Amino acid sequence: MIVHHLSIELQKVTKQFGDVTAVKNVSFSVKEGELMALLGPSGGGKTTVLRMIAGLEIPTSGDVFIRGKRVNDVSVQQRNIGFVFQNYALFKNMNVFRNIAFGLKIKKWKRTDIKARIDELLKLFGLENLEKRYPHQLSGGQRQRVAIARALAPKPSVLLLDEPFGAVDAKIRQELREWLVTLHHDLNVTTIFVTHDQEEAMEVANRIVIFSRGLLEQVGAPREVYEQPANEFVARFIGVMNVLEPEVRDGAARIGELEFPAHGLAAGQKIRIGFRPYAVQISSDLTQYRYHAVLRHTFFLGVMLRVELELPSGLVIRARMSKEDYAHQALEDGREVSFQIRQYRVLAREQAALPPESELTYQPPPVVGENI
Amino acid sequence: MPGTTKRRLLAARSASRRGTEESPVIKWLLILLALAFAFLFLLLPLANVFAQALARGWSYYVASLTHPDSWAAIRLTVLVAAISVPMNVVFGLAAAWAIAKFEFRGKSLLITLIDLPFSVSPVVAGLMFVVLFGLQGFFGQWLDGHNIKIIFAVPGIILATVFITFPFVARELIPVMQATGSEQEQAALTLGANGWQTFWHVTLPSVKWGLVYGIILCNARAMGEFGAVSVVSGHITGLTDTMPLRVEKLYNEYNAPAAFAVASLLALLALLTLALKTFLEWKQAREYVRAQRGQGVDSGKVDS
Repeated sequence: MIVHHLSIELQKVTKQFGDVTAVKNVSFSVKEGELMALLGPSGGGKTTVLRMIAGLEIPTSGDVFIRGKRVNDVSVQQRNIGFVFQNYALFKNMNVFRNIAFGLKIKKWKRTDIKARIDELLKLFGLENLEKRYPHQLSGGQRQRVAIARALAPKPSVLLLDEPFGAVDAKIRQELREWLVTLHHDLNVTTIFVTHDQEEAMEVANRIVIFSRGLLEQVGAPREVYEQPANEFVARFIGVMNVLEPEVRDGAARIGELEFPAHGLAAGQKIRIGFRPYAVQISSDLTQYRYHAVLRHTFFLGVMLRVELELPSGLVIRARMSKEDYAHQALEDGREVSFQIRQYRVLAREQAALPPESELTYQPPPVVGENI
Repeated sequence: MPGTTKRRLLAARSASRRGTEESPVIKWLLILLALAFAFLFLLLPLANVFAQALARGWSYYVASLTHPDSWAAIRLTVLVAAISVPMNVVFGLAAAWAIAKFEFRGKSLLITLIDLPFSVSPVVAGLMFVVLFGLQGFFGQWLDGHNIKIIFAVPGIILATVFITFPFVARELIPVMQATGSEQEQAALTLGANGWQTFWHVTLPSVKWGLVYGIILCNARAMGEFGAVSVVSGHITGLTDTMPLRVEKLYNEYNAPAAFAVASLLALLALLTLALKTFLEWKQAREYVRAQRGQGVDSGKVDS
């Protein structure tokens, strides 16, 4: 048997609905067995990409490959994919057993094989004793599991999920996320899911594709997109980011009291600087770091704390520190502290400001200014 | 359970009168008025139909119905319904499918056109067919030349009936199909089903009650239609008389008991239709509640 390392590949895929371009020149690939998230704000084009992989939408231009085979002209039925809809789209006139059996009956499996496969799936998904229930008699979580079991029953080459956690309430969402990771680990089927929740994507996926306004912004492992965001959109979308817009004066980029080196930049020019809260180091010893600020507010986020620092000029930046550090330094709201920014990056301009050709070229921005 | 909640609400409402409610006197007066009206104009005439039909006894009633001309009218009515109802089921399904599942130019025009038979007077509809297919009509000469008879014959009656009853199935199906959306069908496609399998296993079961409801209304009108059929039929006794036409003819011939005997069959059809309609509305409402519960965020069962 030939082993295909690439399960899904998109090459320069564009999709237009009338005058609206939902997906613009997108290329990425998914390896066999990966758990991939398509992440972005609503209207970003991620669901359209998923539906094009499934064959529910046909690309206006560009090619889609599944296991090395170009599938642009292959119908939904022939693509051998499993698709889970946002509201699950269970057949409401069929019970759980018949829902899961549907794909197998269509594919003319033998009765005994169908029974064996469904018993196996019911057990795997913890749905035993529910096979006679109808969709309206199930809880949200159970419905989702039935939908995934139905999609997986005919042994598809890839499992596609559209906002799989969108239709359940916050309480069981966490449980379902962990369950999906375990399921993927057990079955090892290539899985692609769409989400608008960056936390969800970071927690569940091996790799993340980030979209905004139909464009692919970045592809990478969760850690990669967090630590090396390709541009300001990604930086702001994934986690918290301080973004400042200093102006170049007297050989440095300045804003309020803060100063950043500005090699070879003309005076009067504005640049954009971004840094994560964890890159800000705080000390109660006012002589330790260069900048001074008042600790304005403390947010408790479990093990970590987020603090807001207000500089004398009124500039506010967000920082993160551990509970132990906070307690050890005897910090509290209203206290004056010194701080430094350990690491920051110069951000690329917002996408819209870029010329069209450079929109999709991904260049990791240089990391500048260690220990200023 | 929603049922008990509703009962409790109703109980609470009747126990404490709201400030916006009318006084009990006015409330009972209105109810009494409505009941009196229904009795006088609906129940009494209906009871009278059966009373008149059986005025000369059971054997006369049976004899009236089995009279060759009346029997021919009954058979023709059943034949017309048996052809026009299935045709409108196919047309209605196709039209509802097109309107509910696709976006296209002229969609609102199509929706308006479907309602046309409701807004056109049946007599005008009948005349329209006479103008088209009658001897003096557009296609009259050609049809006559090929020895095809439409007007004053069974094909004309069927055409007029199909036209008049066209909206019933489509109008029942459109809202049901729009409410269901197309996600279930798409799910069937991703599972490998072709168009026909999807229609048969997914679409049809999800609209079945709406469809049955439409068929019942369509059938009632097909059997009861008078105006349009009267214009195209030619009133040839024993050949082109349907039941409503037969009733009129018998009545004009001063044979009231026989006329009412045939009319009683139509009245029975109406009662049966009403009963089925009520049952289906109840059934549909129940499934609608289920469908609402079966979709989207539903944490009730998870939390409890």
